[in-house]
Amino acid sequence: MSTLINPVEPFLRTDRMPHIWCPGCGIGTTVNCFARALVESKLPLDKVAVVSGIGCTGRVAGYVNLDSFHTTHGRAIPFATGLKLANPSLHVVVYSGDGDLIAIGGNHFIHAARRNVDITVICVNNFIYGMTGGQVAPTTPVGATATTAPYGCFERPFNLPFLAESSGAVYVARWTSFHVRYIAHSMVEAFQKKGFSFIEILSPCPTLYQRRNKMGDGLDTMRFYKQRSIIKNGARTQDVDINLQGDIIVGKFVDIERPTLQQSMDQQLRQTLKDRYTGWGGA
Amino acid sequence: MTLSTANPKSVLTGAHFLDGDCACGEGALAAGANFAAGYPITPSTEVVEHFASRIPTVGGVFLQMEDELASSMAIVGAAWGGAKVFTVTSGPGFSLMMEHLGYAAMTETPLVLVDVQRGGPSTGLPTLPGQADMLQARWGSHGDYEVIALCPNSPQECFNLTIDAFNLAEEYRTPVLVMMDECVGHMTEKVVIPAASDIKLFPRRYTSLSPSEYLPFRPGPDGIPEMVKAGEGYHIHVTGLTHDEHGYPAMDWHSQHKLVGRLVGKIRDHTDRIARWEERGLEDAEVVVVAYGITSRVAERAMQMARAEGLRVGLLRPVVVWPFPEKRVRELAPRIHAFVVVEMNYGQMVYEVERSAGDQARTLLLGHGGGAVHEPEEILKVIREAAA
Repeated sequence: MSTLINPVEPFLRTDRMPHIWCPGCGIGTTVNCFARALVESKLPLDKVAVVSGIGCTGRVAGYVNLDSFHTTHGRAIPFATGLKLANPSLHVVVYSGDGDLIAIGGNHFIHAARRNVDITVICVNNFIYGMTGGQVAPTTPVGATATTAPYGCFERPFNLPFLAESSGAVYVARWTSFHVRYIAHSMVEAFQKKGFSFIEILSPCPTLYQRRNKMGDGLDTMRFYKQRSIIKNGARTQDVDINLQGDIIVGKFVDIERPTLQQSMDQQLRQTLKDRYTGWGGA
Repeated sequence: MTLSTANPKSVLTGAHFLDGDCACGEGALAAGANFAAGYPITPSTEVVEHFASRIPTVGGVFLQMEDELASSMAIVGAAWGGAKVFTVTSGPGFSLMMEHLGYAAMTETPLVLVDVQRGGPSTGLPTLPGQADMLQARWGSHGDYEVIALCPNSPQECFNLTIDAFNLAEEYRTPVLVMMDECVGHMTEKVVIPAASDIKLFPRRYTSLSPSEYLPFRPGPDGIPEMVKAGEGYHIHVTGLTHDEHGYPAMDWHSQHKLVGRLVGKIRDHTDRIARWEERGLEDAEVVVVAYGITSRVAERAMQMARAEGLRVGLLRPVVVWPFPEKRVRELAPRIHAFVVVEMNYGQMVYEVERSAGDQARTLLLGHGGGAVHEPEEILKVIREAAA
């Protein structure tokens, strides 16, 4: 009798299962997409490193069977910047949540995009702080409630694709955890892209966001994503704001070419220093 | 562990006229540092300015980051990518780097963090000296850990001790601090840089085990695990959470005791090897002045003045301030009258002297809030009081 192995199993640290994510949570779905994207992209797995910050999505680094770094809150991108510059042969993927990447880590996000650091940033956006118990985030839609916004969020949230594009990202896409094939396809494209690529994945947090906001469970959220998502590849990112119950514009919004940080550094220093310039590793 | 020698390309062998900040930058280059990230802050900025001008011809990267949180984390990432790394800061920047001092201690990441101390608290005195970060260096990040910190008192030592800091960081797989001060950083003196072949370097503790045999946080006989870098097929996991020998999170008191106990022990148990100090005139001393950094040079002048008056005074200068040379203070205490601790703060290392001396000798503090070095005459006055 042959044993059936889930095709994503080799990509996971199965000795760490079960994972910590709640039933209905979308993070595991995105990890499944990530594993499939790794298969499809044929990246050498020994050369793929995952860097996470803190939070529910921050735990992804702990479950992928790759070189993986669970860093401090908000600082996955600076870690990834150092890792990539020190070891340019690596494919560095930052995998973290909206609170980690955009609130406490927001400054690093815009600067890494500006520099065009050659990394892929995957942001699982569940509109809430999950691990700490459901606090308001800079992504929480106006009117949604959270433990620290008990009467409704009154701050305008960030539009992440717009933020990424304005800051200099060369690849920007948004999907929901309903769009599994699109997610995997975008990840493959992002891995192949030179420069700062960004994928936002809207994902349910049934335990803390959907339940509190009377939006049902994980399955209801999938239905909501299915019904309300509109695929608009190439949409202007300033037009893709998210409202509490409104339509969700998804798709690939940005795919441009621009020299990476490493390329710009090499070019500038070589131009100025000529043969005195010694590239990384004495080259 | 077989020591290697420095790369001749990175070593400016010869006699130079350098300030302490540039000497520190040269020390980092001589030690083989090939990745630095920093954020401008007075009075430390010259270190990274100097490094930024030199490193592209040697082979390596300097990146100015968006803040001190980013620079202190970029170097941790670069270290796991295989680079030899450091960052430099002062005052408020040192406070911002505390989280990553703890992260580096927890993940056993070898790195060097230079703090050119200025007057504080808060923005304080950006261009004037202080020595009030000494306890922050030891205790500034949350949780329990040990650090190693060195304290140069001249540009020559800024060069020498920066190399030593890199070697200690590799040997103990831990962050090592170089606690300079504005005076030492900005004073210009002769700095002799030896031949590259005379600069001995402690290599990174890379494992020779295969991925199937290797556990990233299994300690060797000396309590220190071997390291790998990303991209070599080991598929390591590194976390700031309490972790087991696999590097996997382990949320229980047993794992906490095992890990944190080892992190503390790997430094504490080697205190005799790490602690280092300089002594002057202790043979017949009845009063021992304890001072470090720039203050030790003023204290030496005060000691000479006191000797000229016939007072039996010696000087004990911790070169490695953490771990503190408590054994030496304890040995001296029963045979002297008093310790006089001189520091540019309102009392920090004095606690270590008091603790180590116990009730065997009096401990007097001559401290102030920074902004200027002590006058030798004020130190002399306290020496006279201590000798009486």
